[in-house]
Amino acid sequence: MALSASNISVGDTHSDVLVEDLKRTQLVQYAGASGDYNPVHTDEKFVTEVAGYPTVFAHGMLTMGMTGRLLTDWVGDGRLTKYGVRFVSQVWPGDTLRGTAEITDIRDEDGVTVADISVTTVNQDDVPVVTGTATARLDP
Amino acid sequence: MPAERFPVEASHILMFARSIGDPNPIYQSESYATAAETGGIIAPPTFVQASAQFDENYRLRPKVGEPWMGSGKEATGIPPKEPGEADDTPTGMGARGLHAEQHYEYHRHIRPGDVLSATVKPGESWEKQSKRAGLLKFSETVTEYRDQTGELVITARSVGVQTEKAVEG
Repeated sequence: MALSASNISVGDTHSDVLVEDLKRTQLVQYAGASGDYNPVHTDEKFVTEVAGYPTVFAHGMLTMGMTGRLLTDWVGDGRLTKYGVRFVSQVWPGDTLRGTAEITDIRDEDGVTVADISVTTVNQDDVPVVTGTATARLDP
Repeated sequence: MPAERFPVEASHILMFARSIGDPNPIYQSESYATAAETGGIIAPPTFVQASAQFDENYRLRPKVGEPWMGSGKEATGIPPKEPGEADDTPTGMGARGLHAEQHYEYHRHIRPGDVLSATVKPGESWEKQSKRAGLLKFSETVTEYRDQTGELVITARSVGVQTEKAVEG
């Protein structure tokens, strides 16, 4: 179901757990589906001995994808007109992520009612890992 | 490094949705999606990133007959780039390259059956000093995805960053 302008207001929020105890296997799964086989995400030997990180870490685009689910679950399927993020901290296996989206504006864009949304995903320590904005087309 | 021909397929959308942990039937059930507002299966908002699969020269995929930076007998098949080495040195480019920003504008949502082609334009580049990762070199690219009729469907703006050292903390 899509959001309707008549029953939402600026300041309304939607929050959900995006993943609990992120598994390395999901990073493998995302690498295979997306085609991004950068070994920093899946190759423990490479990432610790060559890249100098403590372990593999998630593709930023996986976190963006999971955060996108938070948005589409809220605004409805096929309703996003814009979605953009900054990757502000790395996401590690074992992390539990929670996303929160907030309506920042409801306005008219070329005769269509749209909502501007801010979104932040944090890890279990409340450290933001992704921050972004989106715009979604609303029902009247 | 654009994908010249990116055929969007239902099975690929299903696998991609699974990989991001999204069980929404709009990405996998023909009968559900046909009855929904979208009138059929659509792709998740970040799916177009999987165009990498169809980019012949994509650097982050092992290729037959070419060295690969990931581990085998050794920790890497290619020695990592040393500080001060030329930017175009084709070495362990994965070790220091990170994704800084990604932005999409959806002119419409893509569907199985679409055949997309991507054109890439370089954007701005800039540098910044950081405590956690040394000198950061940012570069922006804008990718336009058009469908089989030439209609612009998604505009993607990506910012990548090369860090001087592994990000701390």
